Amino acid sequence: MSDLQSQDYVRRSATTITPPAARSHEDQVAKLIDVSRCIGCKACQSACMEWNDLRPEIGHFEGSYENPADLGPSVWTLMKFAEYENEQGNLEWLIRKDGCMHCEDPGCLKACPAPGAIVQYANGIVDFISDKCIGCGYCVKGCPFDVPRISKVDHKAYKCTLCSDRVSVGLEPACVKACPTGAIMFGSKTDMTDWAGERIEDLKSRGFEKAGLYDPPEVGGTHVMYVLHHADKPSLYSGLPDKPRISPLVQAWKGAIKPLAVFGIAAAAIFGFFHWVTVGPNEVQEEDELEADRLLREMKEEEEKPS
Amino acid sequence: MTMTRREFIKFTGLGLAASSLGMLGFGAAGVAQAAAVRPFKLTHATETRNTCTYCSVACGILIYSMGDRAKNALSNIIHIEGDPDHPVNRGTLCPKGSALLDIVHAPTRLKAPRYREPGSAEFKEVSWDFALDRIARLMKDDRDKHFQATNAAGTTVNRWTSIGMLAASASSSETSFLTWKVTRSLGMVVFDNQARV
Repeated sequence: MSDLQSQDYVRRSATTITPPAARSHEDQVAKLIDVSRCIGCKACQSACMEWNDLRPEIGHFEGSYENPADLGPSVWTLMKFAEYENEQGNLEWLIRKDGCMHCEDPGCLKACPAPGAIVQYANGIVDFISDKCIGCGYCVKGCPFDVPRISKVDHKAYKCTLCSDRVSVGLEPACVKACPTGAIMFGSKTDMTDWAGERIEDLKSRGFEKAGLYDPPEVGGTHVMYVLHHADKPSLYSGLPDKPRISPLVQAWKGAIKPLAVFGIAAAAIFGFFHWVTVGPNEVQEEDELEADRLLREMKEEEEKPS
Repeated sequence: MTMTRREFIKFTGLGLAASSLGMLGFGAAGVAQAAAVRPFKLTHATETRNTCTYCSVACGILIYSMGDRAKNALSNIIHIEGDPDHPVNRGTLCPKGSALLDIVHAPTRLKAPRYREPGSAEFKEVSWDFALDRIARLMKDDRDKHFQATNAAGTTVNRWTSIGMLAASASSSETSFLTWKVTRSLGMVVFDNQARV
């Protein structure tokens, strides 16, 4: 595919120099999931598996509407069902489509040590390049939303691609197209933000005063956004993080420590070289030989002594 | 090539150092970047419009099949999605509709008429000719026996109430018109269809 080659990359894992992003006028895309319009039918899940040719193994009933039980290497999106009793004592069934959030500042990409295994395109999509993946699992640790999953078959990480193959030829993602209630929308990030604004206004007029848009600034915003009726408490929606952040360990390891380690390695090499030039190799001297002979002699004498 | 133990250790160390530097981000920046996204799988697939087989909503679908209908290429359905030009669903589909591809290729899918003889416990596959002849025979016998030309009061009714017809939903207006004509012209009154003909 020539559409999303190097010039369209804006971020590339384990690469110090970002490839030149010459095309500066590519629109950022976004998927907007309006939780208040979702009926939990799972058409998005079906459409995702159909388009991406994924068929996870048929599992067992786990006592929940969630099916399969968790995201997986072949389950890139999953409906999560939470039962919440509100202040008035009424039950609210909060259904959220879980999957990759396509962060503007992706924790997985930051944590990844394999050059080019995780890339971000100019349109904002974060994609895993499987043939470069070494299966170390750092992306799982780096992700603030616990999304990537490692396959037990080929030990590579998998997650939602935001249908980069469809988007690259001008189509919407499969889940967006299928959604019968229009709860999943797709478009430019600005259009989606505007549309979310209208939805939030509507929700507020219906008594959801805390309705709002979930586009967490902690990860630079996301390319998958939610309209929530309880935007003040995202964790109600099956543990959507209130304040998602990349683990400080990953931040430090890939931030401050990395140049220090490079400096350390370089310093050790340079020290070694100068030591070799100035002091030279550690050669055996005559007194060393004499000392060794003496030790050998002593040992022989000890052995010959009758005990 | 001969190598002393000391040389061997030297080379191993050098290799290790070089690869460590590479992993720390010095390498690969200039390496040619291969194509990233999965190639779009429908570029030259044949697109066929149809109606979803499931419910009475009758959503429009697009069926994509391998090959361009060239004489030597045998079509095979590879993908099904909603038809954006269809007024009913405008491209959307329900979870069952989204998974239509798997009923197309289901190993349990019915592809030929099957017949269970009276007294037999098993279905066996039969030809369409056999099935249609058998249905026609039974219908004719039943109609001859139960058809009512007039009711008790002597009014002409021309009805046949001992048999019913149930049809599927994936019908076009033309199919529905023909279904209606066939059943009503026989005098059938018990007639329903998931698509409400």
